[in-house]
This record gives sequence, C-alpha cells and structure tokens, in this order.
Amino acid sequence: MPETNYDQEMAFFVDMQRCIGCHACEMACAECETNGQESMIHVNYVDREKSPQTTVQVCMHCEDPTCANVCPADAIHQDEFGVVHSANTSRCIGCSNCVLACPFGVPKKMEEAELMMKCNMCYDRTSAGKKPMCATVCPSQALFFGTKEEIERMRPDSEPVNSFLFGQQEVNTKVNVMMPKGTHQLIIP
Amino acid sequence: MFRLFKTLNRLALIKATIAAVLTIALVLIGSRNLQNFDPALIAYLIGTVFAIFGIAYRYSVWIQRPPTKLYWRRSMQFLFSKYFFPYLWRSTKLFFRNILFQRFIAYRSRTRWFGHFMLATGCLLAFAITVPLTFGWIHFVLKPGDETTYYALLFGFEAGSFSLGSPLAFIAFHGLVWCSVLVTIGAVMMMKRRFTDGGLIATQSFENDWLPLILLIAISVTGLGISYDYTFLEGKTYQFMAVTHAITVVLFLVWLPFGKFFHIYQRLAQLGANLYKTEGKRRGMATCPHTGKEFATQTHINDLKKVSKELGFNYDKEGGRNHMDLSPEGKRSALATAHLKARKEGGKLFG
Ligand code: HEM
Ligand code: SF4
Ligand code: SF4
Repeated sequence: MPETNYDQEMAFFVDMQRCIGCHACEMACAECETNGQESMIHVNYVDREKSPQTTVQVCMHCEDPTCANVCPADAIHQDEFGVVHSANTSRCIGCSNCVLACPFGVPKKMEEAELMMKCNMCYDRTSAGKKPMCATVCPSQALFFGTKEEIERMRPDSEPVNSFLFGQQEVNTKVNVMMPKGTHQLIIP
Repeated sequence: MFRLFKTLNRLALIKATIAAVLTIALVLIGSRNLQNFDPALIAYLIGTVFAIFGIAYRYSVWIQRPPTKLYWRRSMQFLFSKYFFPYLWRSTKLFFRNILFQRFIAYRSRTRWFGHFMLATGCLLAFAITVPLTFGWIHFVLKPGDETTYYALLFGFEAGSFSLGSPLAFIAFHGLVWCSVLVTIGAVMMMKRRFTDGGLIATQSFENDWLPLILLIAISVTGLGISYDYTFLEGKTYQFMAVTHAITVVLFLVWLPFGKFFHIYQRLAQLGANLYKTEGKRRGMATCPHTGKEFATQTHINDLKKVSKELGFNYDKEGGRNHMDLSPEGKRSALATAHLKARKEGGKLFG
C-alpha cells in the first residue's frame, strides 16, 4: 500500500439499535471512490412483519477474517492497519465463498462483473485521515467514527465490544459494537 | 540449506521439475535436436523454461490451499460427470467469452474492458507467436535456387510456404509489431485510470500495480525499437535495441509466476466456479431459515462448512444448526436481534 495518514487513534463504533433506517449512509457510501458509485453498506429490516426495527452493517474488519481464509483466489488482503480490503480486481473469480462465509453478511457479489466488493472503511478517506462517508452522515450516531475518549464521553453507559460468538466460533474485530456497560462479548445464538 | 528445503513445497517442486523437463524435451523434439533452434533466442528460451518452472510451482502451491483444492476437485468431478458434453460446451463458450475476451470486465466499466482487452490480446498473441519460435517449433527456411519463397517448418515438418512480399509474409513478420501496439494502447489506458481514479490512487502500490504496466510498455517500446531500427536505421542501433528488449522480456518471464501476472493463468478457475454454480443449482438450492428465500446452492453451503472447519473456523451452533445456514441478510438480522436482546437486558435501548 502507498504512503498513508491512517490515524490509528480513530476507531469505528456501531450501535445498530440507533439505526432509524433512513438510508443516508447508503447514499453516502456510493460517494466513496474506492467502490466506484456502488453502495456497500447494508441497511435492512430485521423482521419486517413483526417490527419496524432496522439494522446497519459495515465490514467489521475481523482480526482473522473468515472471508480471506475461504477465498480460493487469495484475493482479499488485510493491511498493516488491520483494514480488510475489497477483492483484488484481477484475482477475484467471483465464486462467492466470502459472501457466504462472512459471519456478518458483508461482502457483495457483483454478478455480471464476476467480482466481490465490500466495505473497506472508505480507504481513500481513512488513509487520508478523514472519516468514512457513512459515519459523517448518520443522523442518529448509529455509525460513529472517532476516538475512544469521544465515544466514552458520549455514551457513558455503554461499552465498545469487539468480540463476537457465533455458535462455537469467536470472532474478534477492529470495528466495535456499542453494548451495555460491563459486556465483553456479543453472543449470537 | 536444510531449512530452505523444508520451506520449499516438495510436491510443487516435483511437479515444477516435471513441467520444466517436459518443456526441454519438447524443445529438443520440436527443433529436431536444436537443428531448427535459433541461437540468438537462447536468453528467451532460458527465461521461458524458468517461467514454466515457476508457474507450475506457484500453481501447485496455490491449489494445495483447502478452498482452492476443493474448487479444483469439484470442477473436475462435475466436468467428468454424465453431463460431460453440455458442461464442456458451456465451459468452452465461457472460455471464449470470459477468458479470451474478458467480457465480464465491461460490467465494471467499458473503458476498463477495452484497455484490458487490448493489453491481454496483444500479449496472448505475442505468446502464440514467440513461444513456438523460441522453442524452435516453427522455423523458416529458404530453399536453394528460390530466393523469394519461404518455407515454414512446424516441428521439423514442412507446413506451408509463402513468397516474400505477400500479405501473409507481411502479417507473419509484423505480427509482433501489432502486438506491441495493442499492448501499449491497453497499458496506457490502464495507467491513465491509475492517475485519475481516487479509489485506485488510495489503494495501489508501485510493485503490484505500476510495475506490471511499466514493464509491459517497456517490452513493447523496445520491441518496436528493433523493428524501427531495421526498417529505418539499417540496423545501426540493433545491438542496443535487441539487448534492452531481451532484458525487459526476461524480467517479465522471471516475474510471471509471482506478481500481478499470476492472474493470467489463475483466472481459468473462473470457469470452474461457474460450473460449480451450474451443477450446484441442478442439485438444489439452500433456503435461509430467517428470510425463507433461496440464496445459494446447498452444495456450496455444505462444502463451505467443511472447508472453513479445515481452516480452523467452526460456526456450529446448538441443535445441529450452523451460522452458515443463514443468508447474508439472515446473519445481519441475527446479529441485530442478539444486540437488541442485550440492550433490552441492559435496560437502556440507545446506550
Ligand atoms: C497475457 C495476458 C494478460 C496480461 C499481460 C494482463 C495484464 C493485466 C494487468 C497489467 C492488469 C492490471 C491493470 C490495472 O489495474 O492497472 C490486469 C487486470 C486484470 N486482468 Fe489481465 N492480463 C492478461 C490476461 C488476462 C486474462 C486472460 C484474463 C481473464 C479473464 C484477465 C483478467 C483480468 C482482470 C479481471 C483484471 C482486473 C481488471 C479491472 O477490474 O480493472 N487478464 N491484467
Ligand atoms: S466482517 Fe466479513 S467481510 Fe469484513 S473482514 Fe470480517 S469476514 Fe471479512
Ligand atoms: S468471490 Fe472473489 S474475493 Fe470472494 S472468495 Fe471468491 S474469489 Fe475470493
């Protein structure tokens, strides 16, 4: 990767309970130059029939990314900052292994282009010391990008959690989810 | 030295050696024991044999990785099934469409496709011309008494003739010039993107992205230089042109197995991935327990569970369920549901 100004003091904090389903982040995401006008962020109803609850999902940038491990083409690269990049355009064979294996449901397969694309934390912006597009437009702070001190001041009753348990599998991530104070892991039954 | 042998992949080493030896044997047979071999091409020959060794080694290491191995095994199994003919036909069509014409790149952008198509076509045609010449498989001779008819020898057998100055001669002797022009146009188009596209600027690196393009242009320009030299300069700069061209080509050949150019032969796997999906669909789709919709083939989900376990991931859940049974949307909803539950238990919904 080229020279960067990536600021390792800054981190991503997601609180999907605060998501109001406005899709502003989706519009902003399509402005990110690394994904060429395609929106990578996911906003969806959790259970449309029963509740108006929506959820928002960015790539969690796993410490040991399942997506990269299952890729048969070695197309997914994790850089020295822990950012897991979108598929290498010349290598990805569009097999969808990553799409189906990612525990957070993040990568998207562009069918016709035979290419997987996903959130890379707006690398064009974060590598220049700026915030990701989605976090700059989210009106409810479901998506927040800043320092740990800032989020502690804003949410004194919450705790950033970056460990998840999917059945038997523990997954640790670079991106945090805001949880009740004293929580250390989000367990997905 | 011992450590080196330990880190070397034995199976890959054996396969690469066989590939290299086989190539040398074919060179000896095809050139009639080097009778038809052009000694001026010795550097290119050594470079090509090294490239074949490297490619076989890298390819073999690559298909030993669990997910790659699985695709490889499945592709063979599905191709050589009772659907052999329809699948062969389908794969052949896709070989033209996606490998030789790389049409899928057009869905990323038309100029991206055009640039790459020029570059790849120039390069593949150049391989088709130079490899048989370098190996001595094709050789041109004049016969005594007739100074205007060239005879082409293929594997030492006479395979045709054409007279000097004919259109066929023009194409045969200028083929590489056209290839260089195609490669240069393509590489310049790809380079332009790297100067202007913000996403590429943020993620590119010199050795992985710029160097391949620079090298392709260097090969083309020095190649054109040789042609320019004998057409207009009466060979005055021949030495210089020939040496710089040989250096750039050998650098390319030596680098072929490692960097960006690995995709040239790695991408054949795209055909396997397509076959995998086609046969998977025939066998039946997986339905997401959350959305109730079909989202992938059941074969794919079952295989992925196995492969991810081999790689040290276990997404098994209570009651014989597995996290991978959920579609991507189902997974996002499962996470949000678990999060809502935790927030409710914590007593403060919005932190
Ligand atoms: C000998 C021939 C080839 C050469 C020299 C070559 C070279 C290159 C180069 C230099 C790039 C990078 C361009 C850039 O981003 O700056 C590239 C990209 C790519 N190549 Fe090739 N290639 C060749 C053949 C192929 C073939 C046969 C395929 C088959 C499908 C292929 C598929 C791709 C794809 C998908 C990309 C990414 C393009 C994009 O998304 O912009 N290439 N190639
Ligand atoms: S969240 Fe999914 S896409 Fe992102 S790094 Fe982890 S496994 Fe890969
Ligand atoms: S879709 Fe592309 S990036 Fe994803 S696993 Fe397959 S080859 Fe790798």
